[in-house]
Amino acid sequence: MADSKYLVGVFDDGDELLHAVEDIRHQGVKIHEAYTPFAIHGLDKALGYSFPRMGVAAFLFGITGTCCALLLTFWTMGVDWPINVGGKNFFPFPTNIPIVFELTVLLAAFGMSFTFFFMEDLGPTSKPIIFDVRSTDDKFVLAIDLAKNKLSENEISKLLKESGASEVNVKEI
Amino acid sequence: MHVVSPIRETLVLNGKTYHDVTEDICKQVEGKPTKEWKIVFGISVLVLLYGAAWVFWTWWEGLGVWGLNKTVGWAWDITNFVWWVGIGHAGTLISAVLLLFRQKWRTSINRAAEAMTIFAVICAASFIVMHMGRPWLAYFALPLPNTFGSLWVNFNSPLVWDVFAISTYFSVSCLFWYIGLIPDLATIRDRATGTRKKVYGALAIGWTGGARAWARYEDVSLILAGLSTPLVLSVHTIVSFDFATSVIPGWHTTIFPPYFVAGAIFSGFAMVQNLMLVTRVVYKLEDYVTLEHISLMNKIITLTGSVVGIAYITEFFIAAYSGVEYEQYAFINRATGPLWWSYWAMMTCNVLSPQLFWFKKVRENILVSFVMAVVVNIGMWFERFVIIVTSLHRDYLPSSWTYFTPRMGDISDYIFSFGFFFTAFFLFSKFLPVINMAEVKSVLKSSSEKYPEKKKVTA
Repeated sequence: MADSKYLVGVFDDGDELLHAVEDIRHQGVKIHEAYTPFAIHGLDKALGYSFPRMGVAAFLFGITGTCCALLLTFWTMGVDWPINVGGKNFFPFPTNIPIVFELTVLLAAFGMSFTFFFMEDLGPTSKPIIFDVRSTDDKFVLAIDLAKNKLSENEISKLLKESGASEVNVKEI
Repeated sequence: MHVVSPIRETLVLNGKTYHDVTEDICKQVEGKPTKEWKIVFGISVLVLLYGAAWVFWTWWEGLGVWGLNKTVGWAWDITNFVWWVGIGHAGTLISAVLLLFRQKWRTSINRAAEAMTIFAVICAASFIVMHMGRPWLAYFALPLPNTFGSLWVNFNSPLVWDVFAISTYFSVSCLFWYIGLIPDLATIRDRATGTRKKVYGALAIGWTGGARAWARYEDVSLILAGLSTPLVLSVHTIVSFDFATSVIPGWHTTIFPPYFVAGAIFSGFAMVQNLMLVTRVVYKLEDYVTLEHISLMNKIITLTGSVVGIAYITEFFIAAYSGVEYEQYAFINRATGPLWWSYWAMMTCNVLSPQLFWFKKVRENILVSFVMAVVVNIGMWFERFVIIVTSLHRDYLPSSWTYFTPRMGDISDYIFSFGFFFTAFFLFSKFLPVINMAEVKSVLKSSSEKYPEKKKVTA
């Protein structure tokens, strides 16, 4: 199923890759994705990605947790089976704070993480496309989809070499 | 350009390259188990089996196998529970709080510390289930309407808060640990063939290290750290509420939450220190867990030990100052009563001994650090024992005053938790990378002694 042809630039250093991304994008070449063994700060910005907003997911799930916990404690303690303890309030708010806090954190953490897995298509059965196996070890890899670029293979290859790639390979997927 | 302050100690020694990091850490996952590993693992399994037999006997026979009596209704069970939960605070604290403070030295120890946290919390939970006496009814602690109608758990009770706090803490810690593992699992997957590739491939859930994924991953980690920090503080706060909201002299104190949290960090760091000192030698990771790491851990142990010491003194002062006769007696009895030895063991181990770490020579001595970490955890066990047993054994009715003596059941069930803890830790250290490779690589340039010249790039 060789319907896409990629040029894979392999770099030895994260900073070289970061500068290469800036240079290459400046030349009008569209980059498919950069693969690195660890997070390179500023790489997402250099590739033109928008700021990750996982916090939105965390907030929405968190507020759901807060509401569920309040509903649970209020309904059980205040409505369904109120217990009279020395004439005190059936639903004293402060004593519910621990439960509300814990459920907020629980839902925020799991909700956000599973949103992340979903967005990145991560799951035990997902089949990743690996351009170079060394990209999880010590190499910094740049993949360029030739079909989506106007420049020829040789021109992009030259550009990659000039910006510091130690190897340029072709990969068909 | 990476600029490093000259006063910063190097965190990774001997000019390791990225590939060296991968090789050094993956080695123990990919290789056959060593002889040393087999021996220590075998011993832990034997200890676990011995303990498991006793735990079964405890359930079969009932809590009569423990030394509890009508006055002292909580003793080793809850002491062990609080002790293990306290130890279980270090992992998330190291990875979450030190991440928020941007402490780079966390990268070499966070993985093992988080794993340790998870196992310690399981040990703690096992004592909660054990002390119920009828563990098959453990679901009574969950908010389910009971069989006679819709009578719910009492959400005003700190014991119910505890169930929520510990289960939340446990599941969020597992999640945090797993998310940290994903890039490293992908590294192992990409080096492996055959069955190992399939297993680690499934665990790595298709991670490729794409830039967009990394950006989101960093965001997720930061927010998880932000969520875990108040969570970790809330857990021991709520554990302390189990005591502080009661009306027992010696327990009914407002100082408990911060005092318990400081104690938890104290004992947790000591346990991490113990495990890392052994792991670095067994897996030859001296270049990653350096004297600088050990010294930094010792500094935190000294700080939290001093906080705990101040809490002990404050507690004593407030009891005297309150003018409440019962409160005063509870504290005088702790220090001079029949269980005086446990009080002074706690004071010596927790307050005095960590002060030796003010000396650089002591702080950077591996053997002393190891022994001190053991001493700290003995002290912290006695702290919980002092709080629980000495507050209970002389209650309001002098005719029911008594003493507590542990029986085989108490001791063996405690041994069970060690068996489980070490078995789980050895399994972890064999099958998963004990050091977070991706994070160590990310600090290599700024914190390595001498990064190979060829790769130095200036912006």
